[in-house]
This record gives sequence, C-alpha cells and structure tokens, in this order.
Amino acid sequence: MKIIADKPKMLTETPTHYCPGCTHGIVHRLIAEVLEELGKTEGAIGIAPVGCAVYAYRYFNCDMIEAAHGRAPAISSAVRRVVNPDNIIFCYQGDGDCASIGMAETVHAAMRGENITVIFINNGIYGMTGGQMAPTTMPGVKATTCIYGRDPKVYGNPVHLSEMLATLTGPAYIERVACYDVPHVKKAKAALKKAFTVQMEKKGLSFIEVLASCPTNFHMTPIEAMEFVKTQAEPFYPLGVFKDITKEEN
Amino acid sequence: MKKLWKGNEAIAEAAVAAGCRYFFGYPITPQNEIPEYLSWRLFEVGGAFIQAESELSAINMVYGAASAGARAMTSSSSPGISLKQEGISYIAAAELPCVIVNMMRSGPGLGGIQASQGDYFQATKGGGHGDYHCIVYAPSTVQEFVDIIYNAFDVADEYRNPVMIIGDGMLGQMMEPAEIPPMKDTSKMFEKYHKDEWATCGHSDGKPRIINSLRIEPDENEEFTLRLYKKYEEIAKKETKVEEYRMDDAEIVFVAYGSVARICKAAIVELREQGIKAGLIRPITLYPYPTATIEKAAKSDKVKKFVTVEMSMGQMVEDVRLAVNGKKPVEFYGRCGGNVMMPADLVKYIKEGK
Repeated sequence: MKIIADKPKMLTETPTHYCPGCTHGIVHRLIAEVLEELGKTEGAIGIAPVGCAVYAYRYFNCDMIEAAHGRAPAISSAVRRVVNPDNIIFCYQGDGDCASIGMAETVHAAMRGENITVIFINNGIYGMTGGQMAPTTMPGVKATTCIYGRDPKVYGNPVHLSEMLATLTGPAYIERVACYDVPHVKKAKAALKKAFTVQMEKKGLSFIEVLASCPTNFHMTPIEAMEFVKTQAEPFYPLGVFKDITKEEN
Repeated sequence: MKKLWKGNEAIAEAAVAAGCRYFFGYPITPQNEIPEYLSWRLFEVGGAFIQAESELSAINMVYGAASAGARAMTSSSSPGISLKQEGISYIAAAELPCVIVNMMRSGPGLGGIQASQGDYFQATKGGGHGDYHCIVYAPSTVQEFVDIIYNAFDVADEYRNPVMIIGDGMLGQMMEPAEIPPMKDTSKMFEKYHKDEWATCGHSDGKPRIINSLRIEPDENEEFTLRLYKKYEEIAKKETKVEEYRMDDAEIVFVAYGSVARICKAAIVELREQGIKAGLIRPITLYPYPTATIEKAAKSDKVKKFVTVEMSMGQMVEDVRLAVNGKKPVEFYGRCGGNVMMPADLVKYIKEGK
C-alpha cells in the first residue's frame, strides 16, 4: 500500500488538547505543512502564547519558547537578533494575546518591521479562561463579561487588527483568512506560505489573521461554529490582503 | 589603566567586556547613560540594541535573547523595574541567565529622580509573583559595580538564574576612577551556547528544545520549585559576599549597603576619632543575605548594638533583625524621598540618639 497523505513530521505525536470543531488544529497543521514544503523546518523557532494555544510548544517539532501573555513579538524580536538570519521565527497568538494585552508588542514589532511571522488566531472570544469578551468580540455577541451582548457604548468597540497594522510602514505582508471550509483552508495555507516566503526573503514582518471558531465558548456544535465564522465573522472582518510590499515592488 | 568614568557608562562598558552582546531597555532617569552608551557600543562588537516600546517589552526581549543562548541585559530605575517584574518572574521560572541593573530612585509611585534604596524588598523578596529569587548584588563604588557586572554574567550562566545589581542614582551619576577589565573571549562563549543542551537557538538535530515556565500539574510545579530552592541553597553557600569594616573591636555596628555604606565608613572614622568604637557590616550580596556574619557579630561580647542605615523607611533592617534574633538591640536610621544622610548625621545619631 502506498502512503499518499501523512501527518507532517513538523508536528509531534502528542495529541492536541483542542476542543472538537476548534480551528487551532487546522492552523497548526497548515503551518507544519507549509514549513515542510518550503524546506524550512530545520532551525525553526516558534513562540507560543498564553491562551488556548499555550501548549503549542508540545505540538510543533522545533525549538519552542513559551511566552508571557502577549509578549511573543518582543521575545521573537530579540531571538531574531541572536540566531541565524535564515532560521524561521513564528509567533502563534490568540486575540487576547495579540490584540489586547500584547497590543503594544504587536504594533511595535510591526513598526520595527521585524523579520518574523505572526499568526493571529481571531475567534472573537477568550477561550481558555472560559468565554470572556475579547478585543475582537463583535457588537451584539454575548460573552461571560458582556452577558447581554457587546454594546460598544458600554464595552467599547472591537479592533480590526489587520487593517490597523496595514497603516504602518514596517509590515511586509498582511492577510486575513478563514478556515471554515476546504477552499478557505487551502487559501489560508497559501497565505501562510506567502508569509513565510516573505520572511525567507527578509522583507519584514508578515502577519496572517485567521478567523477561527470556538464552539465551546459560543455554545455551538462544531458545524454551527464554522457557520458562525462564515455568516457572522467574515462579513464583519472581511478576508483579503491588506498589505503586500512584494506587489508594490513589482 | 584607571580612567575617570561616569558610573552608568563604566557599567555599560564593563558589561560589554563581560561578553554581554544584547541590551533591551526603555529610557528612565537616572540610568539613561547605560542604554545610550550601549545603543552604539554593542553594534561595534557584533551585538544588538533595541530601545523597546516599554519595560515589559524590554524584559521580554531579554527573555528571548537569553532563550536563544545569548548574554543579555536590561537596566532601568525603580518605576521601570516594577514594570519588569512579570518578566523577571518568568525568567527565573524558565531558568534563564541574564543581568538586570536597577539604579534606584525614590518612590513610591513616580516618586523622584534622586538616589534611594526603597526597592530592597522588591529586589530581595521576589518582586514578581511566585516563589523565586534573583541573585542580588549591591556595589558601593563605581569600581565595585564594574567588577560585579563583569562577573555577574558568569554567575547567571552557572546557576541559570537572573542576577540583579542594584545601585542608586548617585552611583550611576557620579564620576570615579575605575578600571574596566579586559574583554572576555566571546567566540567560544557563544559556540558553547549554541551547542548548549537547552538554548532555543533553532536546533536542527530533531530534538526540539523548549523554554517554558508553565507547569500546570501541582506535583510537577512543586517538584520544580523545590529544585529551584535547592539551587538557592547552593547559591547561598557559594556566592554570599560581605565586607566587614573595622569590626575587630567594634561596639556599635552599622549595617548598610551601596552608597550608604560609604557614608557609614566616613562616620565610623569620625566616631573613632571621638573614641567611639564603631564598625560596619556591608552586605555585597543582598540575596543571598550574609546572615551568618551578622549572627556572629550579634554573639560577640564586644558588640553593644546594631544600627541599620538605609535610604528608605527601613527595609533591610528586617533581615538584620532576623539575623540578630533578639540578641542585641537593632536600631534604624533612614532618610527617604531622595534625601541622603551625611556622616555628621550618623555621628550625631550615635552620640545623641537622634
């Protein structure tokens, strides 16, 4: 029998702790596949966040650093200056990590144009702590700290991080993708490949925002959670490329 | 060769000589000459400098550089050191070597920019969350600061533990003759780091290294913490440093560290000229604390009392009382808010009790 598809070696044999219907597992696999296809698994260094993906260091088969909440871009900025410039460095962060407590680190790493890749998982809710409002929770959506739904007058407005970062000079590539069906998973993979290619070409910071599902905290089935991303999140957070300096160069 | 150096600049050059190649910091008075100097100097020796967006970011950059196996440091002053505490706790818990300099200014809050010793509790009792300690040095001259930082990176490496060196605005700003020791050979130093068992510098041998401080199982976390404290016991045995000044026949024993110890020495000379036998115990390491030296003095028949002198409302005095353990009276003399006592103030205090 011939093996035509296998688990990437870039992922360890450790079973993930993610809930059924969660997008983290898909994105982990895409990162692993892309790094293997680019031949960049050797010497790669990943920075794990605080949040649901805190255990990312158990799942990626490369050197991993577990960061304090929100600090991954600061840590990776220093690592970038120490290690071989050809080593891939990626930060894997959730919305609380990347867009709330670590907003300053995210923005300043982008301003400096650090040659790293930030993968930003935006599911619009705090997963690990049990469903509190995220900086990306959409207006009207319920969370345990806005139980009647997010009223921007009371709880403030959500942030469109990709669009915001695209206003800066430093970032080289910014794209928002989703993973709710196979075509979108394929597009997400292409975006990640582009992001790591930009890093390999040492063009500066690449940033991929992934609209993600959280069935557990939105009290949905896995299918309903994917539908929610498609019908609710995507219209609010439009998919697309927000910055691409490789295009500007052409 | 001795040269006249500004304290902060001497410290920065001594760090470079010690093999430090990475500095991450945020401006705050009175330590600005350290980042200013290193912002150009590190690039001359193949290192790097980032003026971070915040103290939080700076200490996490130190965490990153240390994770990747480099000699890294940060410096700041009191309010900035408060901001770094989260990162320091993570560095201690991930067992990463690094050096942190605190040129203390007066607090609480924004306080002032003059010299102070109000961060003793923060430096020695943890500062950040959880059970951990930094190795804490308190030099009292620019030369001693230079010598301590020159050695501090080796100590941090040996124990895989953060080292904090606390000075104050006076030490940072004053000019004194100091000799910077020769540049350490870093070629092998970094070779060693990059082949190291633990550094996450991008290994390609199929054995991922992980730098982490998450130990979610209570048994695992307890086992780790017990191991950490075994390390501290070893540090206490091997690294405790203290100076005893004119203690042979001392009846009144000052206990002071840093700049204040120099003021005490001047007061001791004056007191002895007036026939009062005073001496000084000067802790050079604040953690581990030289408890045994104070215990010994407390047991001496000659010693009548201890006077702890600090530029604070009395922080180290608690450790002195613990060491003396009721055997002799322990008094406290302090100034705060950025004010400095004069030798004459101490002479007056000893003679008149106020």
